Amino acid sequence: METIDESEVSEINDAGVTDPVKVGHTAMVDRDNRTTIGEILVDNPRMSCRDVNVYYGDNHAIHDVSLDIGRNEVIAMIGPSGCGKSTFLRCLNRMNDTIDICKVTGTITLDDEDINSKKIDVVPLRAQVSMVFQKPNPFPKSIYENVAFGPRIHGLANNKTELDEIVVTSLKKAGLWDEVKDRMDQPGTGLSGGQQQRLCIARTIAVGPEVILMDEPCSALDPIATAKIEDLIDELRQQYTICIVTHSMQQAARVSQRTAYFHLGDLIEVGDTNTIFTNPRHKLTEDYITGRFG
Amino acid sequence: MQLSILVIVLLALSSMAFYMGKKRAFQVAQGKIRNLHSLPAYYGLYTAIWCGIPALIIFGVWIAFEPALITHLVDLRAAADHYLDLVSTSHAALTIVVLSLAIGAGAFTLTRIRAQQRARNTVESILTAILIFCSSVAILTTLGIVLSVLFESIRFFQEIPISSFLFGLEWSPQTAIREDQVGSSGAFGAVPLFAGTMLISFIAMLVAVPIGLLSAIYLSEYSGPKFRAIAKPLLEILAGIPTVVYGFFAALIVAPAIRDAGGFIGLDVASESALAAGLVMGIMIIPFVSSLSDDVINAVPQSMRDGAYGLGATQAETIRKVIFPAALPGIVGGVLLAVSRAIGETMIVVMAAGLSANLTANPLEAVTTVTVQIVTLLTGDQEFDSAKTLAAFALGLMLFVTTLVLNVIALHVVRKYREQYE
Amino acid sequence: MSNTASKSGNKARTIDIVYAGLRKRKAAERRFQLYGKLAIGLGLLFLSLLFGSIVANGYTAFVQTYMQIEVYIDPDRIDPEGKREVKELSRADYGGLVKATLRDMFPEVQSRREKRQLYRLVSTGASYQIREQVLQNPDLIGQKISLWVPADDEIDMLMKGHIDRKSAEEDRRVKDNQIAWVDRLLSEGRIEKRFNTIFFTAGDSRDPELAGIWGAASGSFFTLIVTLLLSFPIGVAAAVYLEEFAPRNKFTDLIEVNINNLAAVPSIVFGLLGLAVFINFFGMPRSAPIVGGLVLTLMTLPTIIIASRAALKSVPPSIREAALGIGASPMQTVIYHVLPLAMPGMLTGTIIGMAQALGESAPLLMIGMVAFIVDIPQGAFDPSTVLPVQIYLWADSPERAFVERTSAAIMVLLGFLITMNALAVMLRKRFERRW
Repeated sequence: METIDESEVSEINDAGVTDPVKVGHTAMVDRDNRTTIGEILVDNPRMSCRDVNVYYGDNHAIHDVSLDIGRNEVIAMIGPSGCGKSTFLRCLNRMNDTIDICKVTGTITLDDEDINSKKIDVVPLRAQVSMVFQKPNPFPKSIYENVAFGPRIHGLANNKTELDEIVVTSLKKAGLWDEVKDRMDQPGTGLSGGQQQRLCIARTIAVGPEVILMDEPCSALDPIATAKIEDLIDELRQQYTICIVTHSMQQAARVSQRTAYFHLGDLIEVGDTNTIFTNPRHKLTEDYITGRFG
Repeated sequence: MQLSILVIVLLALSSMAFYMGKKRAFQVAQGKIRNLHSLPAYYGLYTAIWCGIPALIIFGVWIAFEPALITHLVDLRAAADHYLDLVSTSHAALTIVVLSLAIGAGAFTLTRIRAQQRARNTVESILTAILIFCSSVAILTTLGIVLSVLFESIRFFQEIPISSFLFGLEWSPQTAIREDQVGSSGAFGAVPLFAGTMLISFIAMLVAVPIGLLSAIYLSEYSGPKFRAIAKPLLEILAGIPTVVYGFFAALIVAPAIRDAGGFIGLDVASESALAAGLVMGIMIIPFVSSLSDDVINAVPQSMRDGAYGLGATQAETIRKVIFPAALPGIVGGVLLAVSRAIGETMIVVMAAGLSANLTANPLEAVTTVTVQIVTLLTGDQEFDSAKTLAAFALGLMLFVTTLVLNVIALHVVRKYREQYE
Repeated sequence: MSNTASKSGNKARTIDIVYAGLRKRKAAERRFQLYGKLAIGLGLLFLSLLFGSIVANGYTAFVQTYMQIEVYIDPDRIDPEGKREVKELSRADYGGLVKATLRDMFPEVQSRREKRQLYRLVSTGASYQIREQVLQNPDLIGQKISLWVPADDEIDMLMKGHIDRKSAEEDRRVKDNQIAWVDRLLSEGRIEKRFNTIFFTAGDSRDPELAGIWGAASGSFFTLIVTLLLSFPIGVAAAVYLEEFAPRNKFTDLIEVNINNLAAVPSIVFGLLGLAVFINFFGMPRSAPIVGGLVLTLMTLPTIIIASRAALKSVPPSIREAALGIGASPMQTVIYHVLPLAMPGMLTGTIIGMAQALGESAPLLMIGMVAFIVDIPQGAFDPSTVLPVQIYLWADSPERAFVERTSAAIMVLLGFLITMNALAVMLRKRFERRW
């Protein structure tokens, strides 16, 4: 975890008050009295998290995070490296299960069900809440097979025609169809980085999820490819709820409606993207978005 | 033994040369090491090397060629006394030559020591030469293998046409002692041996590949660290057991068990069935397949797994549809290496497979293999240039070429695969 | 045919389909896991079968049935002229003494067939034992001495329960009257099972009760010494050159390709090399540990070179830079700094290579180490065999008693191998260094 120079760290003392709190540069985050500033609740949320804690072995990575994720919104999670934003994102579809030493507590509900409960089967959950990763990770198969992977395993298509249609629709939605329609049987790994990432998005869309989690989807891409993905995210918002973790504040400002700022495992502040970027209330948020650290 | 005393004397001379060279260096430098180019010990080493190495080389070459030369000089074993006589003369000559060379070269070097001599550089370049020589032992070995099997094979093919060896369907190398006996010529059609080798290797692969691959998958993808820490080394013990032990196991326990089981369900099973040998060979190869597959499976990046899990694939689906295809080239390479091992395996088949060359695909019958025939043709007292012994070298050539091709392909495939994920 | 599952109107569909297929998929998952468990279970089952059958067959070989006989050292038979000359004494008919003793013990045996059966109760080794005693102490002549001598292998098998007393007489090699005699001796306390020292101290023999592994073990020892003396320096030198000095060129590539390929060449091909080059071309002696050692050296070199290179690679470059930085030559750097740090890794690789060499038998068959050799080899030039080849030879012998001796020899061999591997593991643990 990245440690932060003390002089740049503010203290939360009377958190929870609605007034802007600006405090001196004195100490680390006060662990005992932490409450997120801003509106964590939304009307009719798609997912809601309450008191989520994550531990990697002895390391307490996320502290009591509560947050609602609204329908058809893009919510951006920002914060310095190691602040826990990716870890939090991975809680939303139980991807942390793949890490042996990782333990998640608290409740995360989707359709009134606690998905963090051991009883929940991760397979249908991940079909509903699917994930796109930081580094494009197309499978070493053809472009077609990459997109068809999800529908095949979940049995979404009854025959080849249906499957073809799903693949084509998903690629079109991902804005990749025109570029790859003539070489569907070539390996997905042969595409450029930006195309690979859009292929991964198409692969995710093909499953027909309700929530799409994106873990820094553009960090490995050049600016032009990034712009394309950002446009895509904006379009996808019509149909999906999207949670995106990003390192770039500009990106968060461009694509998201709400923004959550994480710091050292705490959710410091959450609110409308416009508000957060124009009028941050917490000193740490302000410091981060004005580029004083991060 | 005289010769070992000679070696000891030589070593003693060299160490003496070392001390004298060191002392001489001090003298030349008038006691001030700073005047010397190198540390005194290097002058000592320099002297010792000149004293010892040329003499040792002469000694080695002499010893290596002496028996062959003397046997050449003496007409067969007609004169045993003459032979012994020659040996002792040769040893005496060797002693004189070696000792005078050592003393002469050592003394000469000693007188040539100068303060500004670059003793360290000379010593180091000689050491480097020795290192290079040691490295090229690998090349020499390959060369030796190729030449020895090729040379004898050519002699074999002068007697038996290569086409009848490669495509002949009958193998009975027992040439009769007397010319006029029936079947004195012997038959050297190797197809039944190739078929037998393939049959047994195929059975071995049928056992080893699924078990090895599935256990590698289970250990690397499913099992907890504790289970893995116990099961993995246990399975690897199988790789450390000498093949002769497997042979014993096959011949004494597995083959009778299979025969009895076959008899129980009314099948006629040979007591040296290909099935028994193949089964046990498969057991031997399990850890080989499993550790190679383990390597390639672990080389598949975690992001592939994440990608599949992130879409809701179960673990089995992820393994079967993402990891396995991704690892396939590496696994194929590993299996090829395993096949080459199965083909070259000797003791199990010598002990558990048959001797008669049956051309059959029935695993319950006895077949023989290339390695079995090499062993039977070459053990016991043979005249070295009969077609029978030469045939063993022709078989050895086939074995060497086949495994070499398999290995080259396999290593190439595995390397390409590794590069893909690096 | 609206199958675009992701259309907002059809949202519910995806998840419904997923749930519908879930049971089947979970079953497939469990099945797949079961296959994995089965595979491991099978592997472990084979392992335990292998060990179990060998131990079950072999543990009895560590004891041997001995029989007490009272031998009258009859001067008329041994030394009729009373000169006590060693030459005469060592040539005398001790077998006759044993036979006479047996006749005395069972006076009721009269017919020739029965007598022959009676003589087969004790091992032929009994007469050697008496001879040795007499030669050591000629005063015994004329006295009656009590001796424990090894029983014949068939009697040994009977005592160990490997021969079924209830089967028909013609089906077993020990006949009814022999069983009766053994039972009588047993009731007199004249038969007992003792620790089998012969097995550990004797060379090979055609008689199972006189056969031991000491000859083969000595042969293995000399062969391994030759292998170690050659392969360790050459392997380390080659690794040092390739890892530390070799320029990247065609020659180096050729060496590397060769090493990798030699590691996978079938061992029997090395045997052919040894036969053609060392024995036929250089005229070295057949069946000698020196040739075996040479062949095994060539075989284990790739293992040692590969392990040594790995050990050298693990020494961080900073060590080399530190030494070079204060003016050491590259050779000095390697000899004084890199080699000592890489030595544990190299030794580990060497021990593993030696363990391989100890278990190897196929190439040694080619160079004549399969001969039947009774004498214990005294050096690397004496004809000898090695432990694995001894196992091979015994496994071919038809006598039931050789089965247990083969298994016991395997246990000894495995014991050595386990010790060596454990040593390698310990060495690795002890000197494991994280940079």
